[in-house]
Amino acid sequence: MIRFKVNRTERTYDGDPEMPLLWYLRDIAGFTGTKFGCGISLCGACTVHQNGDAVRSCSVSMKEVNGTSITTIEGISANGLHPVQKAWMEIKVPQCGYCQTGQIMQAIAFLNQNHNPNDQEIEQAMSGNLCRCGTYQRIRAAIHQAAKELA
Amino acid sequence: MINIQNFSRRKFLKRAFAAGTFVLGARLLPEPLWADASSAGPVVFQPDIFLGIASDGTITIVAHRSEMGCGSRTALPLVVADELDADWSKVKIDQAIGDPRYGEQDTDGSHSVRSFFDQMRQIGATGRVMLITAAARQWGVSEKECSTEPGFVVHKASARKLSYGELAAAAATLPVPRKEDVLLKNRSQWRYIGKDNALFDLPDIVTGHATFGMDAKMPGMVYASIEHPPVLGQKIKSYDDKEALKVRGVKQTLTINAFKPPHQFQPLGGVAVIADNTWAAFQGRKALKIDWDASPNSVYNSGQFRKTLESTARQPGKVVRNVGDVDAEFAKGGKIVEAGYYTPHLAHASMEPPVAVAEYRDGKVLAWAPTQNPQAVQETIAGVLGVKKEDVTCHVTLLGGGFGRKSKPDQVAEAAVLSKQLGKPVKVVWSREDDIQFDFFHSVAAMYLKAAIGPNGKPTAWLQRTVYPPIGSTFDVNAKYADDEMGLGWNNLPFDIPNHRAENGPADAHVRIGWLRSVANIYHAFAIHSFADELANAANRDSVQYLLELIGPPRIVPLQYTPEEQDEAKRYPLDTARLRHVVEIVAEKSGWGKHPSGNGHGFGIAAHRSFLTYVASVVEVEVDGKGQVQIPNVWTAVDAGTIVAPDNVRNQFEGAASFGASLALLSEITVTNGVVNQSNFSDYELVRMGSAPKHTSVYVVESDAPPAGVGEPGVPPFAPAFYNAIRAATGKRIREMPLSKTKLL
Ligand code: FES
Ligand code: FES
Repeated sequence: MIRFKVNRTERTYDGDPEMPLLWYLRDIAGFTGTKFGCGISLCGACTVHQNGDAVRSCSVSMKEVNGTSITTIEGISANGLHPVQKAWMEIKVPQCGYCQTGQIMQAIAFLNQNHNPNDQEIEQAMSGNLCRCGTYQRIRAAIHQAAKELA
Repeated sequence: MINIQNFSRRKFLKRAFAAGTFVLGARLLPEPLWADASSAGPVVFQPDIFLGIASDGTITIVAHRSEMGCGSRTALPLVVADELDADWSKVKIDQAIGDPRYGEQDTDGSHSVRSFFDQMRQIGATGRVMLITAAARQWGVSEKECSTEPGFVVHKASARKLSYGELAAAAATLPVPRKEDVLLKNRSQWRYIGKDNALFDLPDIVTGHATFGMDAKMPGMVYASIEHPPVLGQKIKSYDDKEALKVRGVKQTLTINAFKPPHQFQPLGGVAVIADNTWAAFQGRKALKIDWDASPNSVYNSGQFRKTLESTARQPGKVVRNVGDVDAEFAKGGKIVEAGYYTPHLAHASMEPPVAVAEYRDGKVLAWAPTQNPQAVQETIAGVLGVKKEDVTCHVTLLGGGFGRKSKPDQVAEAAVLSKQLGKPVKVVWSREDDIQFDFFHSVAAMYLKAAIGPNGKPTAWLQRTVYPPIGSTFDVNAKYADDEMGLGWNNLPFDIPNHRAENGPADAHVRIGWLRSVANIYHAFAIHSFADELANAANRDSVQYLLELIGPPRIVPLQYTPEEQDEAKRYPLDTARLRHVVEIVAEKSGWGKHPSGNGHGFGIAAHRSFLTYVASVVEVEVDGKGQVQIPNVWTAVDAGTIVAPDNVRNQFEGAASFGASLALLSEITVTNGVVNQSNFSDYELVRMGSAPKHTSVYVVESDAPPAGVGEPGVPPFAPAFYNAIRAATGKRIREMPLSKTKLL
């Protein structure tokens, strides 16, 4: 039996321990804010936090989730009140929006570690998150804005 | 064409609207079809576009176009709300199902706002007039004394006001006013149109609550992953699913028949693994052993094919536009410049791979899909399953990107076919590998251009020839020549050259060919604007000045239009004044000519009109000592006529620069023996934050011309402007996409 937390709630799982966390979250637990984009850690659409660190949930198996605490976009703020979500809305970052929950999860974990990032650090931290609609410039601006608000 | 009716007392509305709701319906047809509709006589019952005002003040507006990131689901309701003088915070948007009574619903060709702007205004304005009438009657005053403010009718003289909600029931009993009695707002009175409104779905997107196709579900559904034939047209000889069935969570396997040519949007065929979650279905697939038979498309090798295309491009082709006599001019034996250009296949790679849920029950199909074209879902499923089109209901989710791929609903048909076999709802999920390998690919293309240069360095003759497997091959196995693609930047060269001929040569398709964001404009603009810059270089002239001379004096370019295009030609003539204007804007904003090019630093320009929108881009590049390229700046000027949502327009053009950078720098699909070589973002690369243009400045021309396209037109000028900048920075002329094929150092 695998025991862990999702968005602060205790959960157990006794299915295939090799199943990636992504598919547990989406198909079994119903947290569909976490997206599937590539399945092999190349796009970042599936980014969640494991013990506060950004991870690609498509590449973390359920057995590796045992004993850890997972946060998905649904656990950030239901009203979009987190400063990163607020910056995303003020700067009107999204186009189709599909990549954006992953971008936001990555940005939040990054800003928790770097309170005052420069452009280069942002590019480095966000380089694993693809946006086919091409909203990178706004993502960078929103991260700067959120950093200011968080400071 | 618009025919607005008061539907408030129709029984069928009960599901959608509470009792007492004031509901307006309208039959909507895009302008080119207006003539047909008037001959069809009065419309009696059309549950089409609805504007509903409930007694609690909630305003429901139906969005009949798909939302894939371009903003039309917000923009069109915003236009209704503006003319209605509604309070936008009270507006709820209802996404329409696929239904021919909405008119055309294929959200492609950058025309949602262009085709429906006037009708949306009319619907909103009609509602406003009726609410005013209702209030005036209640107060016993003249309608002329009444005005509106968001959500209220106001009688200033007596300082009274009534909310739209309070007036809904009364308005619902009124006849619809004649069109002549409905006054539209002046532009200066618009509250929402032309202002920076956020996307309706923005809060849902940032909180993870938005429902994309990937998130749709039906009770009791199972998951399917499908092994498609590696080569287009292959059929299953035999298969072994023993190992697949051992995978935990896998329930069974099923086959899907191969399509009957032409393939259109039919399923490709293959073996489906059915499981109780997506991952189990993916795993089961890996364990399948399938023997495929032969397909004539196994001969397809894109490297070899390139040579065929390039040699066809050197032969006379079908003439699609002729001005003067290029041959006579070439025969004079002056200075000649010629060049060939090549672009590869591309995959759409929207972040959300194709996905759909469908249920077949008792001869009827219910589907939820991220589709650009719900009516194509109806048609395709009806064709494949032999059911009536009206018996296919297609709900449209948000699309996690579309770019033209999601106009083709093959994956929705797969879900319906499997559901019929299984007797339960099925969710088909394509992996990224499926998406890249089994796309409707952007066509590979070869272009050949030749010019005779006059004494002042300007061309006296310009011949251009383009060759590629046409999109028509998707619908007709014998199609070899382009059709609509000619209008996408080939038969409408806006240059002032006395002798000009545009041609198209034949080519066969061996993979599925489809339209990808801005379509043939990508390779046409690449060839034309690279060549224009080559001529400027050859004449030792400044590229911007030379381009302006090529465009020539302000004028309407005389073009041949088909009868269906006449209306459009009148409303949207090709006006070189507007093209010159966007060139001048980006030249000024980029400080063109102020920074010397060379030593790894350069600027390039291109200007291209597509989807009736005039766009010019200047791209700045920096090439370091290792040949690595950075794009510090892009300046883009856009004249798209009347703009509904300017900030969204800027976002679209910023995104188009990134999209353009992916195809100019990195992306390429190649094929060996009929099999696509790329499979995921490791080998089909897209720009990331560090390689995308760092800063794109978008200048939107203020205009009261009719609205034109926004989603696509930013893409075509990017690649040629970028390669022209590379030439300026390094002296290297790039004639092949993407840049990664060329060693810069
Ligand atoms: S789905 Fe996990 S990184 Fe792409
Ligand atoms: S907003 Fe569409 S993929 Fe990023």
